[in-house]
Amino acid sequence: MRIVIIDDSGLRATVLEEGLREAGYDDIHIVPPRGAFVARLERMAPDVVLMDLGSPSRDTLEEMLIVSRALAKPIAMFVDQSDDSMFGAAIDAGVSAYVVDGLRKERVKPVLELAVRRFNAFAKIQGELDEARTALSDRKIIDRAKSILMNQRSLSEQDAYALLRSSAMNQGKKIVEVAQALITASDLLGGGL
Amino acid sequence: MTTPLKIAFLPLTDAAVLVAAQERGFAEEEGLRLDLIRTTSWATLRDRLVFGQVHAAQMLAPLAVAVTLGLSQQPAALAAPYKLGVNGNMLVMASDFAKALEPDVAARLADPLGTAHDFAAAIGLWRRKPIIGVVHRFSSHSLMLRYWLASAGVDPDKDVVLRVLPPSLTVEAMRAGEIDGFIAGEPWGSAAVEAGLAETVAIGERIWRRGVEKVLAFRESWLEENPETVDRLLRALARAAAWCDDPAHHGALADLLADPRYVDQPAELIGRALNGQIVARAGEAPIANPDFMLFSREATSFPWRSQALWIYSQLVRWGMVEHDAASVAKAGGVFRPDVYRQALADSDVAMPGASMKLEGAMDLPLAVGSRRGELTLGPDRFFDGRVFDPDRIEDYLAGFAPTG
Repeated sequence: MRIVIIDDSGLRATVLEEGLREAGYDDIHIVPPRGAFVARLERMAPDVVLMDLGSPSRDTLEEMLIVSRALAKPIAMFVDQSDDSMFGAAIDAGVSAYVVDGLRKERVKPVLELAVRRFNAFAKIQGELDEARTALSDRKIIDRAKSILMNQRSLSEQDAYALLRSSAMNQGKKIVEVAQALITASDLLGGGL
Repeated sequence: MTTPLKIAFLPLTDAAVLVAAQERGFAEEEGLRLDLIRTTSWATLRDRLVFGQVHAAQMLAPLAVAVTLGLSQQPAALAAPYKLGVNGNMLVMASDFAKALEPDVAARLADPLGTAHDFAAAIGLWRRKPIIGVVHRFSSHSLMLRYWLASAGVDPDKDVVLRVLPPSLTVEAMRAGEIDGFIAGEPWGSAAVEAGLAETVAIGERIWRRGVEKVLAFRESWLEENPETVDRLLRALARAAAWCDDPAHHGALADLLADPRYVDQPAELIGRALNGQIVARAGEAPIANPDFMLFSREATSFPWRSQALWIYSQLVRWGMVEHDAASVAKAGGVFRPDVYRQALADSDVAMPGASMKLEGAMDLPLAVGSRRGELTLGPDRFFDGRVFDPDRIEDYLAGFAPTG
């Protein structure tokens, strides 16, 4: 079974490809949705096309599926009327799958399920990355607030941090929110660093 | 208690009524909270609607008809009881291509028939078949572009390449030289003009003066099961639409739409379509087109069945569907004037007495029969003067010369 993954994000496509290979599929191609990707796809004559539901190139792909004369068999979006929950899960996970006509349901289903699991896993990784990035910028803000306190009130780093933390606790806020407020106030008063 | 409703939309100026309904409190007055979900492709908007991830969607009217007729992926019975606007498209082409057209852009836009013929000549002069971006096979823009090209003997399936791409990618595709021009809803044409990549060649409103555009689409089953919620939503939208139409609010509306959650383009660009002040070539004075985009007046939001059938006639014309009585009934049934009437019966919205009319018969504004209030319909002429009689679809289709 030839599976084509249309994806811009190197990481997500890799995560998906890896999973498919582990499951024993070996005819897998990744095509980024740019330029003449539709022509490339036509030449590949895939059995299954997997794509991010949020990809802006889906309309372009569907147009190709309608007009292409190169495809021997029509490709339609995976529709298994008996299994709405599967489709719901696919849409929730952000997977769109197009399957060549005549490919049996029991052959398609494991691919789709795997894609759903891998897309979800990818979303989780991305969420964690975003969190890590936020944490990093949070720390920068706190560091800047600390140095303002250290300079203006001649506190040690430890005391500056303790002051931020106790203010945050008293106000029921996060430390980073208090730190940001302090930086803003300091900038407004011309005492910024 | 507030009822939350999820509604999918694309970043386009004609999402205005939905955005205003939520942001200016019209939804809240009806006890609704609109969760507006931005999507980047019509395919995804369709899937979210068909599979119930959203309750309603801002949909291309021809796509709603096509999905119901089973022409698109994910066939499903859809219902459109409300039009979110009329007009608002324009065709822009690379300046190199436009050189072969009337250089005075105001004159060019005012004469779509002459420009269509110039365009046909320009195709011959171009180094290859021009590639024109359209946002979807089943879009009003694509149908109007085909109608316009064919009037000058251009076969849209043979003499040009129509390439489908979503509106938000059109400007980048122009920049990358992947397309020579495109037709799309605003603000994307204006964005390409402003970037110096293209100039305006034709305006939707000059092709069909009251061209059906986006509708509010529901799954038919959900609409039938939730009549009271649908009524409240339509009342909120009708008030939001009146607010959007008022020139005094265009500045505030443009600012709302410019938000990154909605259209995410400069308010000044968005304002051009709202104000009907179209800059056709970068740096030149705007050209006044007061009917460039309408939301409320003239019963704009009323879903005339004849308009669904005009769309159907064009799908037949271009070989996208076989003509038969069952398809006519299905296509016409997508537009739901009955639901519109029911929802807005007690409001002050002027209500047409009929559900069908001749399309393209009015050269001048005309006062028409209305159940309540005064109703004047604007001119709805097609630029070539043809009139569509929804009871005589075969005769209408026979009137078009085959282009192939």
